[in-house]
Amino acid sequence: MKFPILLDIQSAFKTFARNKARSFLTTLGIIIGVASVIATVSIGQGASASVQNAINALGSNLLIILPGSSNLGGVQTGFGELSTLTLQDAKAIRKLPAVKTDAANIRMNEQVIWRGNNWGTSVMGTSSTFPVIKKWPVTKGEFFDKQQDDTAANVAVIGTTVATQLFGLMNPVGHIVLIHNVPFKIIGELKAIGFNAFGQDQDDIVAIPITTMMEKIAGISWVNIIMVSAKSKKDTGLAQNQITALLRQRHHIPPHKPNDFYVRNLTQIAQTAGSSAQIFTILLAAVAAVSLLVGGIGIMNIMLVSVTERTKEIGIRMAVGAKKNDILKQFLIESSVLSLFGGVLGIGLGVGISDLISLISPLHTILTIEPIIISIIFSVAVGVFFGFYPAYKASNLNPVEALRYE
Amino acid sequence: MDGNINKTVIRLEHIGMIYKTGTINYEALKDINLTIYKGEFFSIMGASGSGKSTLMNILGCLDQPTSGKYFLEDEDVSTLSKDRLADIRNKKIGFVFQGFNLIQRLSIIENVELPLFYAGVPHKEANIEAKKALRLVDIAENKENNFPNQISGGEQQRVAIARAIVHNASIIMADEPTGNLDSVRSNELMSFFKKINDERNVTIILVTHEPDVAAFAKKHIIVKDGHIVDN
Repeated sequence: MKFPILLDIQSAFKTFARNKARSFLTTLGIIIGVASVIATVSIGQGASASVQNAINALGSNLLIILPGSSNLGGVQTGFGELSTLTLQDAKAIRKLPAVKTDAANIRMNEQVIWRGNNWGTSVMGTSSTFPVIKKWPVTKGEFFDKQQDDTAANVAVIGTTVATQLFGLMNPVGHIVLIHNVPFKIIGELKAIGFNAFGQDQDDIVAIPITTMMEKIAGISWVNIIMVSAKSKKDTGLAQNQITALLRQRHHIPPHKPNDFYVRNLTQIAQTAGSSAQIFTILLAAVAAVSLLVGGIGIMNIMLVSVTERTKEIGIRMAVGAKKNDILKQFLIESSVLSLFGGVLGIGLGVGISDLISLISPLHTILTIEPIIISIIFSVAVGVFFGFYPAYKASNLNPVEALRYE
Repeated sequence: MDGNINKTVIRLEHIGMIYKTGTINYEALKDINLTIYKGEFFSIMGASGSGKSTLMNILGCLDQPTSGKYFLEDEDVSTLSKDRLADIRNKKIGFVFQGFNLIQRLSIIENVELPLFYAGVPHKEANIEAKKALRLVDIAENKENNFPNQISGGEQQRVAIARAIVHNASIIMADEPTGNLDSVRSNELMSFFKKINDERNVTIILVTHEPDVAAFAKKHIIVKDGHIVDN
């Protein structure tokens, strides 16, 4: 290399140091642009992750089967109004090749009583496979097993909110509570998982075997919901098809009739939500990129001014032997360094804004290394792109005319 | 010096220069023939607008003639590319201008190092050579890091000479070098040129309209209306 690049960079910094205010104002567009990109992408990524977490918290590779809606005198009810799903349906579904496990559910609001304390909560009849499907382990005691499920045992596993409300700091395992005037022995406490995306306290729950629920509490032979875990994420679509085919067959639905049930594929919902969040991120980043563009135009403008101001200097450099490429390189490095400098300041500001948003607002922001690297590359690219024309103009000056310039 | 005195450094054959401004052609130089030998101290005199600066621009490879041939150390440079001309300026020619033409945002030493940077000389080596050149023109070491506007006009012109000789140029082109200096500083500066010419056998081409300054040269030409009228 004829003119070491470090000296060019050093020279660029000297140039900016002589015009501190002008250099700072020039980079302001890039600073704001990069800071906007960093902040908006971190908000977008945070939103995306929140949606994904909320959906993942519902269970792994989860499919939810609800009874269909009914039509009474022209009034169409919502999903879940029919009593078409049974425990036998759940057992049949369990045997499908794409299905790993299932849990049938019935939920009712009941008062749970222990000695002088009572608490109104959601009592859920479910299968022993519930902790696997929902990825929701117990922290004290244990969940009820298949045998307790099959024999309609009077056992219950409670959420932490119920445990706190009834037992305070005591260990609830081993105590007897009354639900619907039926005694239940508490055999476990679920791990605290907090509120869901809709603001519901998920720990305010009591889980009992579904058979116990059907026989001793609800007195019904049908279930509200069947949750199914597919063998893998890619099997969710296949499982959905197999379940639909099986239930249509079991419910004797003729080909031209609609289903009397509804299968929701949570993986699909997660993917849709994920891509929505991604589009949101891209949109925000595109808006921020416009600021970068404006910043780039600012750099081009100031570099053109700089070339005019330094015409004589360019002439002197040419007189002592600088070639076209030397001048081109010098001005390109100056514009790139200026832009990069703005980019680095912008990243600092963007990270600060992102942290501040996380701190003072309910929005959760996530900052990964990718937008930072992309911002650095982009700011250098802006410097090169918008600096090229002024640099080209400088390198094509006639040395005699440049030397004559006052 | 005497051993090289007859070696031709510059030979101009029928050089012409026409400037075009719209439809108007202005003939600045007409059929110039000139030979300059190595180690000569040569002056080009002429009134303002006579064409002497145009001639110097061509001699200094800053501009190219519109007709004729220019041989610099036996190489025809009249049709070379701009980059090749830059290379020749960098290796063979040093410039001293009337307005000093130092880069104001660079320190004195950085100004002197400049031709060496473009020649690809490592910075450390360039720095040593620049210091040597500055000592030769009597610029004190404690002024090396000053900026041009922090030293006098006479000193600035000596820095310009240091820049012209730092890369061991075989030719120095001085365009009205004393134009911005008083008579004392002018004589001092011309003494430096004489010293360089005597000690280093550098060919010096001096463009001036002042007879006192031209008197330092050993050979003279007078340019009038684009012609050499007296040799």
